[in-house]
Amino acid sequence: MQMSKIVRLSADIMYPFVVIFGLYVIMHGHITPGGGFQGGAVVATGAALVIVAYAFHDVKAMIPKILLYLQESGGLLLFIGAGLAGMLLGFPFFFNWLANSGSLFGTPIVPLGPNPGELNTGGFLPLMNIAVGIEVWGGLTLVILYMISGVGKEEY
Amino acid sequence: MKRNLTILLLIILAGMLLALAAGFTYGTPLASDMDDYFIRFGQAQIDTNNIVTTIVFDYRGFDTLGESTVLFTAVIGVSLMFRRFFGGEDDADE
Repeated sequence: MQMSKIVRLSADIMYPFVVIFGLYVIMHGHITPGGGFQGGAVVATGAALVIVAYAFHDVKAMIPKILLYLQESGGLLLFIGAGLAGMLLGFPFFFNWLANSGSLFGTPIVPLGPNPGELNTGGFLPLMNIAVGIEVWGGLTLVILYMISGVGKEEY
Repeated sequence: MKRNLTILLLIILAGMLLALAAGFTYGTPLASDMDDYFIRFGQAQIDTNNIVTTIVFDYRGFDTLGESTVLFTAVIGVSLMFRRFFGGEDDADE
């Protein structure tokens, strides 16, 4: 059973903004409040919006389930891999091997005290945020899908 | 009778908790060594402005690994419970 046309059109218009805001929260997790978990939850909310506006039965075929499974597993593997990559270079497990290094995400700027911050800092914190964001995105979307697929079915 | 006793006991316990909480002075934590360390050195060591993310992903990164594993396990549990309703194979079963 679909919602009315107004609700469906609103969901269509709002969906990209929700997703972009979630990706922004993930990407700026080391500068502004938020982070991977919160941003992933925001992106998963976009999926919930579409599922609520349209009927689950109608959108079930459009959802790339295998992509969500891969996202969930790959996010966790990327998280562990970023921690393990420091061990290959001779650092302890989960050492922040990118901070202050001058390469990607390692610009050693930062005047101390309050400042607006820069995106290209933080060592592997942005990598961790992206990994956790991908994992939470896939995981929470899968939880929503699984739970809404059981609504109305009798127990057996 | 037994129910009244339970309610009385709960009220007494809540009152004791409130009295205990009123004894603390807010704004002056008992131990703030770690907080002071993070606030003073976090920005210089990790080079970011968000101290919370610095603590969660760097100083306490191993705990965050556990948290991600908990989420992974939760999704696996939900998918085990609801798997017969999802993916269209339930129609084939019946």
